[in-house]
Amino acid sequence: MSFWVRREPERGSLEPSSGIGHWQGPVSRGPALRRGLYTFLLPLASLFGLVIMAYIMRRHMPDWQPVALPWQVWLSTLLLLASSLAFEQARKAARLAHLPALRRAVLAAGALALAFLGSQIWAWADLQQQGGYLEANPSYSFFYLMTGLHALHLLGGLVAWSRLRMASRLGADRAALQLSIQLCAIYWHFLLTVWLVLLGVLVIMA
Amino acid sequence: MGVVIVLIVVVVASVVFHLVSPWGLTELASNWYSMDVMLHLSFAVTGVVFVAVMAFMIYALVKYRHRQGQRAAYTPDNRRLEWWLLGLTTVGIVALLAPGLAVYNNFVNPPDDAMAVEAFGEQWRFHYRYPGEDGEFGRTDTRLISSDNPLGLDPDDPASRDDIVIADGALRLPVDRPVQMHLRSQDVIHGFFVPQFRAKMDMVPGMVTHFWFTPTRTGEFEVLCTQHCGIAHYRMRDDVLVMEQDDFDAWLAERRTFGDQMAALEEREEDEDVRWGRELADSEGCMACHTADGSRSIGPTWLNLYGSEVTLDDGSTVTADADYIRRSITDPRAQITEGYPPAMPAYDFEDDELDALLAYIRSLTDDDTPPTENGTGD
Amino acid sequence: MAYSASADSHAHHEPQSFVRKYIWSQDHKVIAIQYAVTAIGVGLVALVLSGLMRIQLGFPDSGLIDAEAYYQFMTMHGMIMVVYLLTALFLGGFGNYLIPLMVGARDMVFPYLNMLSYWFYLLSVLVLMASFFVPDGPTGAGWTLYPPQAITGGTPGADWGILTMLVSLAIFIVAATMGGLNYVVTVLQARAPGMTLMRMPLTVWGIFVAAIMALLAFPALFVAAVMMILDSTLGTSFFMPAIIAMGQQMDHEGGSPLLFQHLFWFFGHPEVYIVALPAFGLVSDLISTHARKNIFGYHMMVWAIVIIGFLSFFVWAHHMYVSGMNLSFGYFFAISTLIIAVPTAIKVYNWVLTLWKGDIHFTVPMLFAIGFIVTFIVGGLTGLFLGNVVVDIPLADTYFVVAHFHMVMGVAPILVVFGAIYHWYPKVTGRMMDERLGHIHFWITFLGTYAIYFPMHYLGVLGMPRRYYDYDYDFIPQSAHDLNTFITVVALAVGVAQVLFLWNMAWSAVRGRSSGGNPWNATSLEWQTPETPPGHGNWGPELPEVHRWAYDYNVPGAPQDFIPQTEPRPTSAPGHGHREDAT
Repeated sequence: MSFWVRREPERGSLEPSSGIGHWQGPVSRGPALRRGLYTFLLPLASLFGLVIMAYIMRRHMPDWQPVALPWQVWLSTLLLLASSLAFEQARKAARLAHLPALRRAVLAAGALALAFLGSQIWAWADLQQQGGYLEANPSYSFFYLMTGLHALHLLGGLVAWSRLRMASRLGADRAALQLSIQLCAIYWHFLLTVWLVLLGVLVIMA
Repeated sequence: MGVVIVLIVVVVASVVFHLVSPWGLTELASNWYSMDVMLHLSFAVTGVVFVAVMAFMIYALVKYRHRQGQRAAYTPDNRRLEWWLLGLTTVGIVALLAPGLAVYNNFVNPPDDAMAVEAFGEQWRFHYRYPGEDGEFGRTDTRLISSDNPLGLDPDDPASRDDIVIADGALRLPVDRPVQMHLRSQDVIHGFFVPQFRAKMDMVPGMVTHFWFTPTRTGEFEVLCTQHCGIAHYRMRDDVLVMEQDDFDAWLAERRTFGDQMAALEEREEDEDVRWGRELADSEGCMACHTADGSRSIGPTWLNLYGSEVTLDDGSTVTADADYIRRSITDPRAQITEGYPPAMPAYDFEDDELDALLAYIRSLTDDDTPPTENGTGD
Repeated sequence: MAYSASADSHAHHEPQSFVRKYIWSQDHKVIAIQYAVTAIGVGLVALVLSGLMRIQLGFPDSGLIDAEAYYQFMTMHGMIMVVYLLTALFLGGFGNYLIPLMVGARDMVFPYLNMLSYWFYLLSVLVLMASFFVPDGPTGAGWTLYPPQAITGGTPGADWGILTMLVSLAIFIVAATMGGLNYVVTVLQARAPGMTLMRMPLTVWGIFVAAIMALLAFPALFVAAVMMILDSTLGTSFFMPAIIAMGQQMDHEGGSPLLFQHLFWFFGHPEVYIVALPAFGLVSDLISTHARKNIFGYHMMVWAIVIIGFLSFFVWAHHMYVSGMNLSFGYFFAISTLIIAVPTAIKVYNWVLTLWKGDIHFTVPMLFAIGFIVTFIVGGLTGLFLGNVVVDIPLADTYFVVAHFHMVMGVAPILVVFGAIYHWYPKVTGRMMDERLGHIHFWITFLGTYAIYFPMHYLGVLGMPRRYYDYDYDFIPQSAHDLNTFITVVALAVGVAQVLFLWNMAWSAVRGRSSGGNPWNATSLEWQTPETPPGHGNWGPELPEVHRWAYDYNVPGAPQDFIPQTEPRPTSAPGHGHREDAT
């Protein structure tokens, strides 16, 4: 999560961000941040995995009524997929040092992610209209819990994205930009995977 | 060296304590002798390991304590020794686990001829049910629970008509007959544990849990709740009477079945206000703390309350007339009955509701009519 | 990424203001001390609560606290000790201080995140403490927080109390995740040249594996907390079946109380090892250093830590043998639980074998390490009772359980905490703690806790259930009440004796004998810093270079009885150091 770390990209900058200059040190930011992000995905995978386990255990009880999935979830799926692809575009543009294309792709990725959230809200509203309240049935509770947790994590990702967007508009250092894009892309692909798995569980084990 | 002496004392004291301690298992009253054997086996095996490892450590501490000019040996590891230790430990573990699982297998599979008995937990007491002649429990539903039907039996289920419900009374069991306990709860998780029987199980709302045992001697025991169930958890207890089969049969034959109880209730002539009052008492939560059958709960019982002399916590006495009862509902902390906590919140009832409650409380008297099993004689 | 090295060279200065240096600090050493002080402070609250409970149990007629307060204190005591004291102290305190120093890093890899981690932790503690002041006080549900009881009216603090508890836990989990990320990535990414994984001190291994476990286990508690918050505020039915509580039919339907227990113990059991593994690591280093001998079977020790960490995710339901879950699960969990005893036993053997042929100095840290071994053996062996399902059935929910877990994850880790503080205090402050006070503190604490918890097992065998406000039962003889009184008296004495320790810490910081950089003649990197206490950035201009493992004590032929990890190997001396690792 690049936004948690100060952006002073000198080599070996393990500076405890107190103004100390460069120390000679074995740590370079890129690998550390990538590894940090991958490590961060561990608890997230555990979180969503456990929710799914709870879902599977719970649905064996007799009072279970399957959720009628609102059609908007399919729209959401497309939007999130497109957002992930846009990050891949941005990654390519960064590699080619094509700044305008990069900016466009970053903007598109964020906009698509926001559209995904919008589509999710639409889905919730539609479901409510049909009487699918949070407490209507445990299956609905789980639906809101799963999609809600996922949306919150995407919202967190958008904070990182907004910093990336700022940096890309200011024309920050290319290597730093490339790294940020890469990190965001990894996170986005992860959330896309989580979304597909959640959707799969909701469809197959309704 | 002081360390070494103290450690020796600790080891010897631990072993001696184990051998002479007056605190140990209660006298067994069920078939689970094998559980006691497993416990003693565990004590023996772990005791030997404890003494052996401690003795070795104490010896090392004495022998290799720092002295002038001493140097330690450099031995990073010793694979053979490590594998030996690993193997020995595994053998010890298997020696504990294998007989343990064999006994457990016995615990998991109740005998076919086991008698079914239901225990039902509610904050903070136990009720019981016997399946009656058909040997089957009738269906239940939490939504059917009321003071007339504390276990929530479905009156429409034929299997429930001959069930025998024991509300607020001791659990009675025949000796030397396997019992399969069916455990339920209406509110939170409770536990069902008679120390002398050894076996225990939680009572979980929303599901039925089971375990079995055979009482092996007659006598009076206590069942206690072993799962934290709220503020009065430590007082949730009941008597268990293990009796000869004949005595048990005779006792059971005298009980009224659920069907009979329901029929009696239907014939009950009841004032409109009294009925409303009872419904209010059920729905507003009065019965969580007060009883209608004379048993003690968080608050004073309502049986024979009306017109009685009540001693307050300041030592004075008042007569429990209509005004007193009204006041006790709308402003309960003004006058506290001696020996009860000031725990009741103030209730804001309409006047006609208060009249109904009052009518109900006034109807609760055992002067002329004998109370029924679940205590709502009228 | 090539950047000009001179660009920022003018920025070479220490942070100036007090606030920047000690409050909003991103230095891992300052954060470690913040973590430790907060954890010990909140731990003292929990200690006082336990004293009040003990007075009730030992002197039931005293009427000092009522049942409501008893259950509230019981809950807060348990939760604080397990989560807010031990977890925070081992990971946030010792982990923060020792990981960068022991692996030769300048700081954690994400210093800002590290600072945030502490502030979130502090916030979680404040929210938890706030629950003493909300209407009806803190929750009295027991630290296991089992629903439906935790959120129904018969339990103290079932509205506000439980909510503040759950919110506080959620914040704590965020803090622990931020910290855990840092510890893991720092170990993986920021080791000094030559510091292979198999040269790391066992302290680092213990904390490293515990941090990974925390990352995987805490989400279970998080999910459970979120679901319970939804159940209690928005009327969902994740855990709540249709029930009538306090005479009221509640609007829930079909939820499963056992689902909560599965989630809780999927967190709760690894949590035991999140506390135990750092303690294992720390105590290994204490024993090795003060016995002046390499740790016996280092590889086996590392693998034992990793295997215990892994297996601990497959034993959770041994807490649920009598919960009403499908009885056939009992076979699997009894077997997996007793398998875990094997690597654990190996660790005990190796500690004892490290003492064998050593040169044992009975320093205060060593005494605490010995105390730990004794306590841990007792607590570990009684674990075999409770893991073996059929022995557990009569003992579950009795004082045997209370005695067992206090021995194994209460007293044992706390003895390590004390030993470790006596050991590393000179590095943190540059001064030694007072030896004589340390001895007194050790003997009271060790013998006192042993006298409290060893007899307590037998109350459990007798059948005394835990979590009882008083014990007015026929099967409990008067002598058991007398024993309870005895336990209370000892417990109060032990509690009060901790003042000695606090006094020693405070006094020594000002008046303690100056220690020098390496008072114990230890080999690991943290004792080789150019300054003591280590300065900002730990190592001066040059990072240390590591040439050997952390346990070269009494190497044959070496002039001194220890060789620091930074000492290069002589080119032709096969006896020096013991093995090359290619990790």
